[in-house]
Amino acid sequence: MTPQQRTAGLPAPAPVLTLDALGKKCPIPIIMLADRIRDVRIGQTIAVLADDPAAKTDLPAWCALKSQEFVGVDELTDSAGVPQPGWAFLVRRSY
Amino acid sequence: MAYFDAASAEPLHPHARETLLAALADGWADPARLHREGRQARLLLDQARQTVAAELGCRADELSFTGSGTQAVHLAVLGAAAARQSASRGPGHLIASAVEHSAVLNAVDWLARQSGAEVSITGVDRSGRASVPEFAAAIRPGRTLLACLQSANNEVGTLQPIAAAAAECARHGVPLLIDAAASAGRLPVEPGWSLLAASARKWGGPAGVGVLAVRKRVRWREPLPADDRENYRVPGFPNVPAILAAAAALTAMSGERAASDGALRALTDRIRAAVPALVPDAVVHGDPVSRLPHIVTFSCLYVDGETLVTELDRAGFSVSSGSACVSDTRQPSHVLAAMGVLTHGNVRVSLPRAATLASVEEFLTVLPPIVARVRDTVRAANSS
Repeated sequence: MTPQQRTAGLPAPAPVLTLDALGKKCPIPIIMLADRIRDVRIGQTIAVLADDPAAKTDLPAWCALKSQEFVGVDELTDSAGVPQPGWAFLVRRSY
Repeated sequence: MAYFDAASAEPLHPHARETLLAALADGWADPARLHREGRQARLLLDQARQTVAAELGCRADELSFTGSGTQAVHLAVLGAAAARQSASRGPGHLIASAVEHSAVLNAVDWLARQSGAEVSITGVDRSGRASVPEFAAAIRPGRTLLACLQSANNEVGTLQPIAAAAAECARHGVPLLIDAAASAGRLPVEPGWSLLAASARKWGGPAGVGVLAVRKRVRWREPLPADDRENYRVPGFPNVPAILAAAAALTAMSGERAASDGALRALTDRIRAAVPALVPDAVVHGDPVSRLPHIVTFSCLYVDGETLVTELDRAGFSVSSGSACVSDTRQPSHVLAAMGVLTHGNVRVSLPRAATLASVEEFLTVLPPIVARVRDTVRAANSS
């Protein structure tokens, strides 16, 4: 499954790391992000793929708590463009 | 150990228990009948109605007892809409804040699906307080049938800007439903409502009693079959003993309110300050000042709410949670989601009137090691 690039405004930064948390329940997607955020350089972007409904609120909330930049969220589609359950959350490391 | 889930059900007030037991002997007959037992039940029911009406700031003939707070909300929403929808005016439009109790949102959603009514769900700030500009901007003059705003939020405790919202509704001639379930008996009911709903078990009464009040001159039409009971609004034999107990509880809670508010607020203030200090990566939600005295909700990073609630239960503390894993629908609390705050690892503490400082301090002692232990467990399970 490939995250769509955001089309509104500036082009989305391409994530240098994608974490696949599909099928995992919160807090696991957040824990995965927290564990790996330091694996990218400051200014680089991580994509977290998740389908747990709580992730929709918790990814941005974690970014607010941890002062990391929540870039945006995209619906997931497969390579043919067919919508798939879940989202790709884009987080840019701020510090 | 302690029961800290008063927001779901406040333990039955001792006065309510006494009244309930006495009423089982005196108030069991049909209050609609003309015989002695019926007249006795009718007298008791009327007294209860006067008592509750006075406490909630309405007339006795504006008030009907329902079988639950949820039923009161459903009847309020559907009845207000039924009186205003028509073939010529169409199914109309309704407004509700995003943090309304699910009873309100379900009723509004049901109307949308059944009749094609349009719905505006209006936003809240990070503390869960409804945006008055957004609420007012949602009003469509001539089309909006009803606006719904709770008096206070039952999940995070934040008080809603009722006076300002009511003024906006009055300006445009839109009826306002206030769901006062979370605050009735604890805080005065703010004026400006056209319809009011409340729930006795939240104020220390028994389950099975709700309140629906409709201001005089506010149009309401029965959305479901009704008979002549409860001012033609709620059919069927009323639960007179439970209603009497509910009235006794409301009187008692209101009478104790001044002292109780201060005591409970001090305890929840203590929890609000202590949790972020004692538990790493924990955040407390809701307005710290403009809130109900007895509710505090917080979320802990990197743990799931279900395990947290279960472990606290094993430690003797009964709490609830707005986390997705705790709900039957596997969706996080719509209130926390609307506020944009962390939903996992969520714990709601709602203190009953008898809560002690000792029990709160014990809770604060057991919480940090439990969170640490659950974090270790979640991490270990995830890495395998």
